Amino acid sequence: MTLLKHREMSGGGLVRPRLPMPIMARGLIHRRRALLISSPSAGRRPFANGYPPDAAPLNCRQALTRGPRVLLTSSWPWRSFGYLLCGAVFAFLIMGAEMNGLLFPDSLPDYAQLVLVVFLAAVISMPVAAAERLRLRIVDSEPVGNPHVAPDEAGLKAWLWLRIGEAATWREFSYMIALTTVLSVIDLGGVLLLGSVVILIAAPFAEPFVGLGPLVVFGSWHVSSLLDRMLVVLLGLVLLPLVAYTVTALAVGRASFVRLLLAPRESEIVARVQELTRSRIRLADAFEAERKRIERDLHDGAQQRLVALIMTLGIVEHGLEDEQSDRAQLVARARKEAEGVLADLRELIRGIHPQLLTDRGVPAAVTEVADRSPVPVHVDFTILERLVPAVETVAYFAVKEALTNVVKHSRARTAWVTGCREEDRLVLRVGDDGVGGARPEDGRGLQGLSDRVAVVGGRLKLLSPPGGPTELVVELPWRTPDSA
Amino acid sequence: MANTRLRIVLAEDAVLLREGLVELLERFGHEVVAAVGDSRDLITAVDEHLPDIVVTDVRMPPDFKDDGLRAAMDLRGRFPALAVLVLTQYATTAYACELLESGEHSRGGLGYLLKDRIGGVAEFLAAIDCVATGGTVIDPEVIHQLMGRRQVDEPLGRLTPREREVLGLMAEGKTNAAIAAALNVSQPTVAKGIGSIFLKFGLSEDDGHRRVLAVLTYLRS
Repeated sequence: MTLLKHREMSGGGLVRPRLPMPIMARGLIHRRRALLISSPSAGRRPFANGYPPDAAPLNCRQALTRGPRVLLTSSWPWRSFGYLLCGAVFAFLIMGAEMNGLLFPDSLPDYAQLVLVVFLAAVISMPVAAAERLRLRIVDSEPVGNPHVAPDEAGLKAWLWLRIGEAATWREFSYMIALTTVLSVIDLGGVLLLGSVVILIAAPFAEPFVGLGPLVVFGSWHVSSLLDRMLVVLLGLVLLPLVAYTVTALAVGRASFVRLLLAPRESEIVARVQELTRSRIRLADAFEAERKRIERDLHDGAQQRLVALIMTLGIVEHGLEDEQSDRAQLVARARKEAEGVLADLRELIRGIHPQLLTDRGVPAAVTEVADRSPVPVHVDFTILERLVPAVETVAYFAVKEALTNVVKHSRARTAWVTGCREEDRLVLRVGDDGVGGARPEDGRGLQGLSDRVAVVGGRLKLLSPPGGPTELVVELPWRTPDSA
Repeated sequence: MANTRLRIVLAEDAVLLREGLVELLERFGHEVVAAVGDSRDLITAVDEHLPDIVVTDVRMPPDFKDDGLRAAMDLRGRFPALAVLVLTQYATTAYACELLESGEHSRGGLGYLLKDRIGGVAEFLAAIDCVATGGTVIDPEVIHQLMGRRQVDEPLGRLTPREREVLGLMAEGKTNAAIAAALNVSQPTVAKGIGSIFLKFGLSEDDGHRRVLAVLTYLRS
């Protein structure tokens, strides 16, 4: 059979098992993608206008478009005001500092001051941008991600070069310029607008306590009589909703601008996902190398010493052969126990990483697993190339786990394993004629398997209708050592 | 113990084990003409000493893969009379079968044993003698693996369970007397059983090493 199998591998399908029903006809029960790349908003907002009709608004923009009742009874106008107020306070502080000569000494010539301003803006643009992203949470519950990439190497120089090369850094710088010019004016305008209306409403009540005469003066009209005061309060109350709208609209515009300049771009997200994918593959490779190292250490160390021990005990036992003493029996027992330990160790090492997989690849190693299976397994591989170790290991353990499940749960009489290349994927199918009804959520084994498959960028499909048959399809990327 | 003094080339990369094996073999009257720790040295040593038997590990330098096994298969191809005993930690049918299939014209004996067997000194020395005199010895563990699965396969399916047992013991290199003792039957019964196996496998008197061929059929089935 083994001989035959080698031929099947090269020739392709002497005893290819009949698959009981077409694969396509059956439903997809479990599919796991390595990484789903999509626009950040696409997954979360299934409704036409961006949010479910009755849910509370998630940001001031949503609040603004939901009609006056929703807006005016919500906290969003106040949050918008608070948002603008922070900016206004910042603008006041900067202006105050500048006017009092705290920022730059007046003795410097104008051009030097300009250079200093630009330099200062560049230096603080990153922390300011970070603060702005954080501050945006006041008017938008959806967090803004950091557009910067983490540096690969340590050191200030590497960091600086990375940042200078990033588009995000320059967007932050331009945001800084906008902040000190236009945005501060918007912030101040919004704050003053609300401040004026508050004064309109509060002035008549506050005047007696301030004692400075009329607080509200329109041209020559000094508000002083009771009627005037009532009119002003009324005016303030009428204007209040309008101001609420205006302030919220200003905040919406400002927030949009922050998102536009300071949020990660789609391309940056994609780049980061690619980097994550690469690092995950590196991790899987490193893990694989570590497995091999452990296996080798055990093989070259503990295993050989145990064999030497068994041999020594064997020689002693042989010398005591003619003796019917306790000594002879004890030595014999010690040897048996050492042999038991060696057998356990052998299984352990095989479980960590079978040598046959390293030497002969997936088809041979899977055939060996099939040989050990209590349920007869037909193996049919049509691949000859060797793949990268990480993929081979996942392929091997996936089949092994699947066959273990067949033996444990399926009550199958026969099982089969096929492996072939389909375009740029290695596709392994493990099927049985058992009772079916396997569900991925049932077994930790299947879940773990799914995770392992995902690590190398593959995916797992389980087709197991109640009553059977069960088929597990493992698709892995076709990565040969040359292509890696 | 040993009937004849054998000239042995030993290849094993673990120093402790290599020295232990040399000591064991020499203690029981054999001569280790070379003990090496590398598959290239193994081939050089065999070319130089032309030993009666080669005892080798599977995994060893330079690649730390199946270098020892490949060297053994290469030697079987080049020296038709050379007996080869592979000592290993891998109870792997694939390696055992590759070894059996190597060296088409080889008349030399062949063995594939787990290193555990060294502990049973008498059996181990018997296995070496058996291989040196042209016999085939396959580790019971490997046989067991094959047994577990092959029952439905042809032509093994034609054998009775008792005949399969006899064949399994034959594959381990046991003599008719040893098989009879193991199964608690008389020697003529064993001989009859073996005759029946040969018949069912279609092996005639002229096929020469009928026992080896039967074992091969068994392993390949």
